[in-house]
Amino acid sequence: MSSDESTLQRRASRKSVQFTDEKIVVDADGSVTTITTPDDDTKETAMSHTPPPADADGAAPVADPAPAADAAPAADADGLDLSLLKKKKKKVKKEDADAAGDEGAAPAGEEGIDLTMKKKKKKKVPKEEDEFAKKLEALNLEGGEAAEGAPEDEAAQEGDMDKGTGIWAHDETRTIAYNPLLSRFFALLAQKNPDHASTGTRSYKIPPPQCLREGNKKTIFANLPEICKRMKRAEEHVTAYLFAELGTSGSVDGSRRLVIKGRFQQKQIENVLRTYIIEYVTCKTCRSPNTELSKGENRLYFITCNSCGSRRSVQAIKTGFSAQVGKRRKMKA
Amino acid sequence: MSGETEIQNLKSRDPFAEADEDSGQTTQTQEYIHIRIQQRNGRKTLTTVQGIPAKFDHKKILKVIKKEFACNGTIISDTESKGMGEVIQLQGDHRLKIKEFLVDDENGLGLDEKTIKIHGF
Repeated sequence: MSSDESTLQRRASRKSVQFTDEKIVVDADGSVTTITTPDDDTKETAMSHTPPPADADGAAPVADPAPAADAAPAADADGLDLSLLKKKKKKVKKEDADAAGDEGAAPAGEEGIDLTMKKKKKKKVPKEEDEFAKKLEALNLEGGEAAEGAPEDEAAQEGDMDKGTGIWAHDETRTIAYNPLLSRFFALLAQKNPDHASTGTRSYKIPPPQCLREGNKKTIFANLPEICKRMKRAEEHVTAYLFAELGTSGSVDGSRRLVIKGRFQQKQIENVLRTYIIEYVTCKTCRSPNTELSKGENRLYFITCNSCGSRRSVQAIKTGFSAQVGKRRKMKA
Repeated sequence: MSGETEIQNLKSRDPFAEADEDSGQTTQTQEYIHIRIQQRNGRKTLTTVQGIPAKFDHKKILKVIKKEFACNGTIISDTESKGMGEVIQLQGDHRLKIKEFLVDDENGLGLDEKTIKIHGF
């Protein structure tokens, strides 16, 4: 049964709804962190501005603007940064995550947009920032002809963006290299629009259903109220859908948990919830989950989207045919 | 105009007639075929298929299916299923296979995939 499910067709739409609390976050510097936010708001996943595939190992695509720097008409500053970036990848990986956050603002050419609230550091190699800068310079010197004008250039590109010192000073006339500018852009962007990070992924996250077994034949769906609250749907509606889809019946127990007749695994409930969300929660026009279900005129249910304002009718939940299971004698009595 | 050619528009057609009779063209798009699963005791399950158009012979379908899926099954008629038409009921979980069968043009019914809904987990 459960093996068949993996091939079930509706799995195709799986991507759009996820049941995870853990989020893999790819930082701009390529370090991958896993955040566990049990009850956090729906979607703050990777804030990397590059389109996902988040490879789990840090060696994989580093989300930095190196290609962009490549493409930019090569001023000598650009050439320098390019060489610098290539060398840097290795180092940045082991860079302490906090230091990386600092560097984002610093002129080192990183565009760290660190919105991560908590981080699990992969490797802790504590490094002083200036030590890092020193090493960078050393690398630059090795960097061949491109790095010729480097040292003083690199040194020149210093200053605190927030305080407006160094190159960021108001009356400064020196040209600023591409990478510091880029890092400044992203830092500002993230600062001014904190919710931008959330729009990166389209997935909608709800807490995974908790399934317990009661006795041998009943399943307890423990966190239904929580899930309903997150989806902004009436518990009765979700319950009715679950029962209709699973072809069973059940009840709600004293602590508002749902007791379903029959054995169900968490995965199976998840699947049904997923279809529920697709059918009754997400807006078909803009795919936003921010919708309301209301009973419109003449007994029809309507979904109104709060983000795009569209309105559509949804089918009422129908149980359909259900075969008689169990002993006939019991049914008669 | 000779007698042989007929003007299509003037053909009177009863819009309220049962759609299933002729080509199934007029079937409303909402007429889904529902494939459901039900748990029995233990690991046993039942698969029910509801809403196969009346133009097909359910008995023959069942016969083919039983052979192909190696399972037993039965047709539950109107009186038992309370107005849901004839329902094919099979023993075991055959949701995917039955869907493939319904969609298949050569060895199946050649129905539109969009009209089929699979329920259950």
